Amino acid sequence: MYAFDFERPKTIAEAVKALGREDAQALGGGQTLIPTLKQRLASPSVLVSLNGIKEMIGVRKEGDTLIIGGATPHAVVAKEAGAYPALAALAGAIGDPAVRNRGTIGGSVANDDPAADYPAAVLASGATVVTNARQIAADDFFQGLFTTALEAGEIITEIRFPIPGKANYQKFQQPASRFALTGVFVAKTAGGVRVAVTGASEDGVFRWTDAEQALSSNFAAGAIAGLKVSDDGMIGDLHGTPAYRAHLVKVLTGRAVSAA
Amino acid sequence: MPKDHGIGASSKRREDIRFLTGQGVYTDDLNLHGQAYAVIVRSTVAHGKIKSINTSNAAGMPGVLAVFTGEDFKDVGGNPAGWLINSRDGTPMREPKRPVLAHGKVRHVGDAYAAVVAETHAQAKDAAEQLAADTEIKDLPAIVDMAAAVADASNRVHDEIPDNLCFDWGWIEDNRAKVDEAIRNAPHVTTLELINNRLVPNAMEPRASIGEYFPGTGDYKLTTTSQNPHLTRLLVAAFVMGIPENKLTVVAPDVGGGFGSKIYHYGEEALVLAAAKKLKRPVRWTAERTESFLSDAHGRDHVTKIELACEKDGTFIAFRTETLANVGAYLSNFSTATPTFLHGTLMAGPYKVPNVYVNVKTVFTNTAPVDAYRGAGRPEATFSLERVVDKMCRELNLDPFEVRRKNFITTDMFPYTTPVGLPYDTGNYHATLDKAMEIANVSGFEKRRAASAAKGKLRGMGLSTWIEACGIAPSHLVGVLGSRVGLYDAATVRVNATGNISVMVGAHSHGQGHETVFAQIVADKLGIPESSVEIVHGDTSKIPFGMGSYGSRSLAVCGVAMTKAIDKIVAKGKKIAAHMLEAAEEDISFEDGKFAVAGTDKAKTFGEIAFSAYVPHNYPLETLEPGLEETAFYDPNNFTYPAGAYICEVDVDPDTGKVDILSFVCADDFGNIMNPMIVDGQVHGGVGQGIGQALLENTTYDENGQLLTGSFMDYAMPRAEDVPFYQVDYSCQTPCTHNPLGVKGCGEAGAIGSPPAVVNAVIDALHRGGHTQVKHIDMPVSPSRVWSAIQG
Amino acid sequence: MTKVTMTVNGKAVSGEVEGRTLLVSFLREGLGLTGTHVGCDTSQCGACVVHVNGQPAKSCTAFAADLDGASITTIEGMANADGSLGTIQQAFQDHHGLQCGFCTPGMVMSSAALLAENPKPTEMEVRHYLEGNICRCTGYHNIVKAVLAASGQDVSKIAAE
Repeated sequence: MYAFDFERPKTIAEAVKALGREDAQALGGGQTLIPTLKQRLASPSVLVSLNGIKEMIGVRKEGDTLIIGGATPHAVVAKEAGAYPALAALAGAIGDPAVRNRGTIGGSVANDDPAADYPAAVLASGATVVTNARQIAADDFFQGLFTTALEAGEIITEIRFPIPGKANYQKFQQPASRFALTGVFVAKTAGGVRVAVTGASEDGVFRWTDAEQALSSNFAAGAIAGLKVSDDGMIGDLHGTPAYRAHLVKVLTGRAVSAA
Repeated sequence: MPKDHGIGASSKRREDIRFLTGQGVYTDDLNLHGQAYAVIVRSTVAHGKIKSINTSNAAGMPGVLAVFTGEDFKDVGGNPAGWLINSRDGTPMREPKRPVLAHGKVRHVGDAYAAVVAETHAQAKDAAEQLAADTEIKDLPAIVDMAAAVADASNRVHDEIPDNLCFDWGWIEDNRAKVDEAIRNAPHVTTLELINNRLVPNAMEPRASIGEYFPGTGDYKLTTTSQNPHLTRLLVAAFVMGIPENKLTVVAPDVGGGFGSKIYHYGEEALVLAAAKKLKRPVRWTAERTESFLSDAHGRDHVTKIELACEKDGTFIAFRTETLANVGAYLSNFSTATPTFLHGTLMAGPYKVPNVYVNVKTVFTNTAPVDAYRGAGRPEATFSLERVVDKMCRELNLDPFEVRRKNFITTDMFPYTTPVGLPYDTGNYHATLDKAMEIANVSGFEKRRAASAAKGKLRGMGLSTWIEACGIAPSHLVGVLGSRVGLYDAATVRVNATGNISVMVGAHSHGQGHETVFAQIVADKLGIPESSVEIVHGDTSKIPFGMGSYGSRSLAVCGVAMTKAIDKIVAKGKKIAAHMLEAAEEDISFEDGKFAVAGTDKAKTFGEIAFSAYVPHNYPLETLEPGLEETAFYDPNNFTYPAGAYICEVDVDPDTGKVDILSFVCADDFGNIMNPMIVDGQVHGGVGQGIGQALLENTTYDENGQLLTGSFMDYAMPRAEDVPFYQVDYSCQTPCTHNPLGVKGCGEAGAIGSPPAVVNAVIDALHRGGHTQVKHIDMPVSPSRVWSAIQG
Repeated sequence: MTKVTMTVNGKAVSGEVEGRTLLVSFLREGLGLTGTHVGCDTSQCGACVVHVNGQPAKSCTAFAADLDGASITTIEGMANADGSLGTIQQAFQDHHGLQCGFCTPGMVMSSAALLAENPKPTEMEVRHYLEGNICRCTGYHNIVKAVLAASGQDVSKIAAE
């Protein structure tokens, strides 16, 4: 790692100020950022840890919305998001237990790894990403691989999940990293069904709108039997061809619907 | 009633106490006064000409103490190959120099071409980055694919080797015409082309080395992650650095796994010694995991075509194989023995096949060196054989169990010399197959398959039978075959005056549990408590000599050397006892720790004899030296031949291609068993690695020679969830006939026998599920590959 | 440099660290607690698992400066007060749950965390919980068995006893 200063602010305001320094970088749980720093692929002047900001940690329910602080570790979400079981289950299956104790929802969503789990939940739930500056709808937030609507220095303070009537996340693990080779989150709300896919596309998390339409009129695995996922733009690598990933999208969607 | 101590007891491991409390001392745990840190600068291109290295910027950076390049080592020796192989035409293999640091050219991604030593690791890392930026390397086309490497003489890994061929080996060349003829005339021939996937050993402890130099005496000390410190001393001292062996101590302290990768001498070991001498300070280096991926010797990487000729009833007539074996960019120490004498000689398996011929072309490529990895050649032989037998059974609609049974060498045929030259001394292959079938409840399979089918899964069962040759020996024979080292081992048994014992052994434990098992043997033989015996290993200044641990040899070679030293102790003890008891030496018996005069109640305890040897007041000094310490070297007169049968059951999810291993049964014959608990553990670990090879692990270089699987993010290591509880049995025992312990070796068995059992099970599942177009799937049998195979 | 204060294995400790100093470096180099190992650079292998405020964490993927005030338990803090092996450590020895010993500290720390959360786990729960701990020696059989035994469950029926 290159040398950098380290700051551990206690409030969002302090963090925003610290992130105003040139080449400052926010640190969530660090489960992705620290390996990146070890490889010297990033050289921040200062790391601003968000882990000491109490107002950004925790899970609470307001009406039909579950609100999760941006610095809440996955393990806490797994334990405390019982009002949204599919989300709790997703959080409880990220990485491994030790990773879940450090990694945070804000860090994961801000990083927008194409194989991360949380983006699928945020997008399928139609969640709202709340930052220190504004509120961003999930559909506007994710903008491709490792690219989000966040401005430099902007912090995800919380994410607001409308709790769907039914939901489920199905992940097929990449055998080495145990990230999602493909993951599908299905959420059924009064307004219809949303299906978000992670791990599969070269453009990052996306909504499978054909399936959403089919499932909105008939929420059953059989409803998507006639659909085909194009392998255009799907990731091809050592662990799976584009065709394989496209196939998995459909298999996992069906399984998520059945399990929801 | 299981024994509670001594030979055959499941004594708990004494070494566990320190490992379980964080008190183990691995190389990187040492913290030496005045230590400096080395960082290696490695090539980021697979093949390139070093145009210039400007060291001045790096040398001037904060904390930097020294910078080394290939130029600094161009006049010292290279790291040699330990086994000379001759090609079919009689010409010797090509042996390019393997320098400490690359000079002139870099030949694989990760090839070390410079090093920086600094006060802190971070400073060394900063300077290494600067040095890399100040180095100009002209890219040359990467040579990655073996077939292309041999075909294209214009592009060369080593300029002096025109066809990138190390050797073209035939075994046994005299068999060739007869085998060709037998295959031409056979009623049925099954052909299979397969890849034995390249693996990264990935011992959990990355390699590390610390060099020290003592100017007052001119002595050097190397602390390093080695499976055989004496061989490392020999290589680094005599071949590379020109240090007299007596001025270099090599210590391999607690070592966190090896699996072959830590047998070899690596350039970093020479580098830290040279740096320590230059700076007169300890210099340490520890690999990051990515460096391990790039620079540890890899394993396997064969491309093979195997043909099996047989009668219509499945009686074997001939096996013929053609293999391209990747040796990587340089010859690692045993890289030439692995695809030849550890592979070709096993190609008859446990079968009474009359005709076998093996051809191996070993090829240089711009990839990391490839050498022995757990099993080493024998997994490759077993996989080829057991997959082609399975395919033949499908083609001829024969029962795979019956076909094995029909072709096994029978117990009345031993000793039996195979057409590939190995004299098997003993075995009972039918017994292990029967035992495996019994444990696996083969007759209940159909019911289990139906239960899987009800859940939408395709269930399959796979069988493999295996044999290996371990405890490589004897030295005079391996010398004729090209080995440049002897393959004996040594032990010194030092009885202290108070009767407790230190045993210095040439074997090295990096997880095997020698400290416990060897002590069990000593205690058993001398009738004393295990706690009175200390096993010392891993330090050339304490141990007479040793060839280390690999190839399942520790017990069968070093363990026997130790028992021979004990025999000498007992013989001397009898002389002392005869004097003390005023009896004739031939009347003295030794049993249960007592030297007694036959037919009387006169006896001396082992402790009394030991004390007398060191306080020789009543002692035959005129005919016997005082003291009680004996050394024995043991050079076996044959290999040992463990064998067994493995049965695996899997479920395949046809929607995703995912394979789940439901059961794994091992029935092995390891001869006599010293500690059942440890044998269980060795088999479990081997099977775990074999399942890893079969389902998960793959080492992939792209066409530019970049390693795509350079971390655990892309190289899939088996995890607890990927494997089941194994069922392990070794009750079928045919003790080795030529060593006094009757032991054979168990360390590699699991890794040898398991991959074909897994792959055969997957193919079986697909066939039973109607996907009969699938003839073979290369390892790793990943979900993606299985799904693609199902699609046709 | 930043000053950090922690409680490590029940003792108050403090030291000067750089921003980039990892918890594992602070433990190994700063405090000489070399039982915690580094086996990879990507937060995969788990040889470095320690407990941070009672929860397992990968000490190679956390900064010491981020853990000011934390309570850390390492493998060196797992034995009984009299120095004898703790229940989980003893189960690992009894059931040969370790070979080379390098991954062992992380395995023990993860296993302890599991049993604290789930005192009677099933075989599959043990295997799943140990997903972030790689062992190359044992094939996991005896590790899983040791954890089940440490939880007080009967493991005598498990194969290869």
